[in-house]
Amino acid sequence: MEPFVTLHSTGVVLPLENVDTDQIIPARFLKTTDRLGLGTNLFADWRYDASGAPRPEFVLNRLEATSAQLLVAGKNFGCGSSREHAPWALLGYGFRAVVSSEFADIFRNNALGNGLLPVALPESVVERISSLIAREPTASFTIDLETQTFALPSGERFDFTVDPFARHCMLEGVDQLGYLAKKEVEIAAYERTRAGAY
Amino acid sequence: MMQPIPRTLFAKLWDDHLIQAETESTPAVLYVDLHLVHEVTSPQAFSVLRERGLRVRRTDRTLATMDHSTPTTPRGRDGRIPVVDMQARAQLAQLEQNCADYGVPLFTLGSEHQGIVHVIGPELGFTQPGMTIVCGDSHTSTHGAFGALAFGIGTSEVAHVLATQCLLQRRALTMEVCVDGVLAPGVTAKDLILRLISEIGVGGATGHILEYTGSAIRALSMEERMTVCNMSIEAGARAGMIAPDETTFEYLAGRPHAPANADWDVALARWRTFAADEGSTHDRTVILDANTIKPMITYGTNPGMGIAVDAPVPTPSHLTDASERRALEKALAYMALTPGEILLGKAVDVVFLGSCTNSRISDLRLAAEVMRGQHVASTVRMLVVPGSQEVKRQAEAEGLDEIFRAAGAEWREAGCSMCIAMNGDELAPGQYAVSTSNRNFEGRQGKGGRTFLASPLTAAATAIAGRIADARIFAGGR
Repeated sequence: MEPFVTLHSTGVVLPLENVDTDQIIPARFLKTTDRLGLGTNLFADWRYDASGAPRPEFVLNRLEATSAQLLVAGKNFGCGSSREHAPWALLGYGFRAVVSSEFADIFRNNALGNGLLPVALPESVVERISSLIAREPTASFTIDLETQTFALPSGERFDFTVDPFARHCMLEGVDQLGYLAKKEVEIAAYERTRAGAY
Repeated sequence: MMQPIPRTLFAKLWDDHLIQAETESTPAVLYVDLHLVHEVTSPQAFSVLRERGLRVRRTDRTLATMDHSTPTTPRGRDGRIPVVDMQARAQLAQLEQNCADYGVPLFTLGSEHQGIVHVIGPELGFTQPGMTIVCGDSHTSTHGAFGALAFGIGTSEVAHVLATQCLLQRRALTMEVCVDGVLAPGVTAKDLILRLISEIGVGGATGHILEYTGSAIRALSMEERMTVCNMSIEAGARAGMIAPDETTFEYLAGRPHAPANADWDVALARWRTFAADEGSTHDRTVILDANTIKPMITYGTNPGMGIAVDAPVPTPSHLTDASERRALEKALAYMALTPGEILLGKAVDVVFLGSCTNSRISDLRLAAEVMRGQHVASTVRMLVVPGSQEVKRQAEAEGLDEIFRAAGAEWREAGCSMCIAMNGDELAPGQYAVSTSNRNFEGRQGKGGRTFLASPLTAAATAIAGRIADARIFAGGR
C-alpha cells in the first residue's frame, strides 16, 4: 500500500447521495481475478453511453476532472455491496481521497485498507467545498492525514477523524495483515479455550 | 458483590469472540467461527496468501461455493455447463484451483450441495447460534437470523480471515427493531423489511447492528427471519440478528452439519444463553407495528425507496430537502415513472423469483400456491431460480417445478442469477422487472434494467396478471 501523508489536489463533485458500489463498479466487471485495471470502468454506466463513448455531461469526462485526485460526493457514499473492487476502481482511476458527510461501513473499511482516504466532514462543509469547486474548478485543496485536517485554498481548515489504527497504517504504507499475523500466540490460546464449543 | 451489567445479544457474541479488546489506538481482534467463500471476492485474497507464503489457517472453518458468476440455464443432456464467458470460466477455475491448493472444502458447480452461499450455510447446518460468520458478501447478514454475528467483509479482510481466522474490528452500536403485532394475509417477511428500510432509509442503520425483537419477529419461520436479516445491510446496518429460540433449534435439528446426539444437548444448552439480558439497552430503538404493514414495492433506485403497493409514487416537489429531491427526480427519471403514479396495474416484462433474499423452499411454496393452475401472462418472462441444489431437489419432490413449468415460468438451476446480472441472466435496457431480490440499484439486474423489489407473493401475482398486482387478492385466508 502506498503511504498517504498529504494530498494537494483539485476536486470533482458527484452531487449525489447514496452512491452505491454497483454504480462505482458494475457487477459485470467483477469477473476479474486481479486488483488492477478496474479504473477504466469506474462509474461505467454513468460515464459511457450504450456505444461505449464517454458521455460529455458526466463529471469524470470533463477536462478539469482528469487530474483530480479528490472526489466529493453526497452522503452515504459506497453503500450496498461489499465489493473491494469499488476502492480498487477509484484508486485505479487516480483518486486518493473521497469527501462525504457519511460513508457506508464496509466501503470505508475497504477504502482505508487500500490507501484511499475517506474524509468525513459535516454536510454544510461538503456543500461549501462543492460550491467552491463549481465556481472555481481549479481550486486546490490540502488534506493532511497527520493532523487530520482538510484545508480550503483560503487556508481555512476543517478537522476530520480517521480510526487511529487505520491512520497509522496509511501513514506508514503498511497493511493490516502484518499486525494480525503477529497475534498467532493469542489466537492459538483462544482456540484452545474453545475446543469442543461446536 | 457487583451485579454483572446486562448485555445485549450482540454484546455477548462480541465478548465471546474477543481475542484482544480494542483500545483507542488499536481495533479489537475478533475470532471468526465460520468463513464462507465464493468465486467473485476471493481470488485476490488467495493471491495475497501466495505472495506472502501464508496458508489457510483453519480449513475446517472455511467453506467455499460457486454462485455469483455461475449460469442458471437448465443443463443440457450432455451435462455441459454454459458459463457466460471466458472470464467467468477463468474465475470459477481459479476458485477450484485455490481451494485445491489450500485445502478448502468447495461445492463446485454441478455438485449436490452447490448453491447461493447464504442459502447453503443454513440449510446444511453450518450456520449456528452464537457463531461469528463472515463472507466477502454484504448479504452475510442473512445468517444473523440464527443469533449469529454475521457480516460482509472486503477482499483484504477475506485474506485476513483465511490467514489468521481473525478480523480487526471496532465495536458497533446497536439498534433494536421491535416489531409487535401480526402480519396480515398476503403480507410477508419481505414486506416487513422493505417497510423498515423505507422508514429509516438506506443509511438509517449505518454503524449499527440491528437486533430484531417483538412478537411479529418471534412468529416468523427461520426462512422468513433470514429474509429480514438478509436485507439489514440495505438499511446500512453492519449486521442484523435475532435471538435463537425453539423455532431456530427445530430448524437446526438433524441438519447434516448441526451437532448430533450428546453434542446436540451441549450445544442446545449453550445456544439458550444467547438472548439479550433483562435490562440490557440499545443505542437506538425503532418500533414497527406489524398490523399496519401492507405488501410493499420499491419505485426507485435504492431499497429505501419503497411504498405500499397501492400507494402513489412520491412527488419530488413535495420534498423540502434539495438533495433528497434531486435523488428522487433522478430515480424517477431512471425508472421512467411519474410522480403520483400508482404502480398497481403497471405492465412488467420480467418476474424474477430467486436470490439470497427469497429463493428458499418456503418462498417457492408461497409463489407456487398462487400459480397453481394459473398461467404467466404472455407478455412476461418469469424466472424461478432455487437458491441451492437442495432447494431445487426439495421443490421437485413436492412437484413445485411442475406448477411453475405448467404456468409457463422457467425452472432454472441454483445461483444468484438475475440479482447480480454477471452470469448471463439479466434484464435488457428499459425492461421492467418485479424481483424478489434485494437491490434495485441502477443497472443491478442488467444495464438499463428497471427493478421493482417485492415479495414472492407479489411476484407470483404480478407474473399471472402481467401487471403489478396486489398479492392480498390471492392470499385468501392465509
